[in-house]
Amino acid sequence: MDILITVQALLQATVRMATPLTFTAVGETYGERAGVVNIGLEGLMLIGSIAAYAVAYFSGSVPLGILAAAITAGVFGLCFGFITITLRANQIITGAALNLIGLGVSSYFYRAMFATVTDRAIQPLQPIQLPVLSSIPLIGPVLFDQNWLVYAALLLAPLAGFVLNKTALGLSLRAVGEHPKATATAGLSVLGLRYGAVVFGAMMAGIGGAFLSVAYANQFVENMVAGRGFVALAIVVFGRWRPMGALWASLLFGFFFALQLRLQTQNLAIPYQFFQVLPYVATIVAMILLRGQSAQPKALGVPYTERA
Amino acid sequence: MAPVPQRIPAADNLAGATHVHRFHMMTTLATSRHAGRTLWQNIGLPVLAIAAALCAGALLLAATGFNVVAAYSALWQGIFGNPRNIAEAMLRATPLILVGTGIAIAFRCGIWNIGAEGQFYMGAAAGAFIGLRFGNLPPLLAIGLALLAGVVAGGAWAGLAGWLKVRLGLNEVVTTIMLNYIAIGIVSYLVTGPWQEAAHYNPQTDEIAAALVLPRLWPPARVHAGFLIALIVPLLASILLFRTPWGYALRAVGLNPQAAKHAGINVNRQYVLAMWLSGGAAGLAGAIEIFGVIGRLYENISPGYGFTGIAVSLLANNNPLGTIVSGLLFGALTTGSEMMQLTAKIPSSMTFILQGLIVVFLVAFRALSSRSGNR
Repeated sequence: MDILITVQALLQATVRMATPLTFTAVGETYGERAGVVNIGLEGLMLIGSIAAYAVAYFSGSVPLGILAAAITAGVFGLCFGFITITLRANQIITGAALNLIGLGVSSYFYRAMFATVTDRAIQPLQPIQLPVLSSIPLIGPVLFDQNWLVYAALLLAPLAGFVLNKTALGLSLRAVGEHPKATATAGLSVLGLRYGAVVFGAMMAGIGGAFLSVAYANQFVENMVAGRGFVALAIVVFGRWRPMGALWASLLFGFFFALQLRLQTQNLAIPYQFFQVLPYVATIVAMILLRGQSAQPKALGVPYTERA
Repeated sequence: MAPVPQRIPAADNLAGATHVHRFHMMTTLATSRHAGRTLWQNIGLPVLAIAAALCAGALLLAATGFNVVAAYSALWQGIFGNPRNIAEAMLRATPLILVGTGIAIAFRCGIWNIGAEGQFYMGAAAGAFIGLRFGNLPPLLAIGLALLAGVVAGGAWAGLAGWLKVRLGLNEVVTTIMLNYIAIGIVSYLVTGPWQEAAHYNPQTDEIAAALVLPRLWPPARVHAGFLIALIVPLLASILLFRTPWGYALRAVGLNPQAAKHAGINVNRQYVLAMWLSGGAAGLAGAIEIFGVIGRLYENISPGYGFTGIAVSLLANNNPLGTIVSGLLFGALTTGSEMMQLTAKIPSSMTFILQGLIVVFLVAFRALSSRSGNR
């Protein structure tokens, strides 16, 4: 029984830890499928976590905070889109700058707004036990006794996959990332589709960041995203630019994070850092194994211009 | 900035390219250069970007209820108020210049090294290893060995990503980011495990021998001899990039890998070479940080130098000599922001905002300027 409880707690933590990664990686999958790579996810997540926390703290409403996170990160995504899509500036460099700004802005507002606040805790999102389902042994507590943001992430991936693969909108998005010129010839707006994908990706990163400050923890901590934005970037590749792939990869990374946290407190022969770096090593190994059958969108990172 | 930073090396230097293709490549390089615009691109636009970032920063300060005049005069004071502040800015600039130079080399070759952070950690670890194990060697020799070890470790770490790219076709953006976390994990393991201090209390190594610490240039100011290295390395990198056939081949790959290949340049070798050089500079920065400032290895030795270095390089238009200026600017912004925090109570994270805004405005201005140039 002891083992079962340990495994159950581990898997519960896995799903929780995977949630911010899932939101962010699914969003970025859309952006990259449309041909825009945004390495500024880390910064966007930080912006999301401070926006959600500040609004939740002052309004008392966590859902309002999450909405604020999506909108704020979306606005930053719009700026990123303007510079990379309209002005056609380099996406990697603009993303790197976005990370600096996100780190700066989140800490700045936190210190400016909460300098005099002593009790900084909020009431985070609480788990909602789904009737019947949550009483299934093992699977119940792991999948059906979580907060609604976790459920949203688990639903987001298949939904995003369906839209991308089975709808006209998804087809247009994929086409824009593969053959923007042909898409334009077919009468679709390349810039419009890319803007949409980038802003959607930014909003998802914002929600991913919000999860950390208002659901996973109960307050904002400076630099609390701690590299998850970069991990999400790897997850997109690991998940082969598919929303469902991103979900599975997020769960895998979430598992390693949860495992590593547990092992850190135990006295094991294997150093806990081994598990800490395992997901990153695994990403490289997976990339090696899957090489040659690249699923990377052909126009990824290439700004679109109507002129030849 | 370099007097003539983007000059094409004289044709007789181009030993790497065959005669037939040399002319074609020369014209490719020459048309990418807009004569007379270089000065505007390299100095005018950065100054404009800095001004725009300060204006946007002022709006942010005003919107959050701070006194803009008090804030910016504190920033000014923090940078120029005292010669010691300038020396402190030089100290802060040292790793940024070295990392920025490394990134400039990679970006010039068209390979996206986002892994300078990890390369910095590997260099720091290798340097600390020499400092701790060979501390009884003559100081000059030990320091020299340690810095060399830093270069090799950082270079190898980056070279691995380069190798994975050319041999197995792995995207270097992702592999370098992954290698960052692996390097940070390795350092974390070392300082909690085999290399932990004799007291086994904190996750850090013992201190390196006092004789090995890099001498300070103007004590008591903290700036040390490593700053001089940070002046020499960009100079060497600049000569390599702009005055030698190797640098020419490297930049040719960055401008157009297809054309470079047709001209007989081994593109894959250039990628790996650029990564080695790039990581070597970041690794050197890590080793210097150990021997100049910290004196030991511990977790989180870098406050994101590897990422800020990208901005430093970009601001210098990926020109190694220019990173001296942009590195000093970013170092000065750091000391200035600390003064803003001290006297005007403005969160010091303003540094990152200003640095990020400078880059954003600069890429935007450059994009706009090249658009108008194409018409």
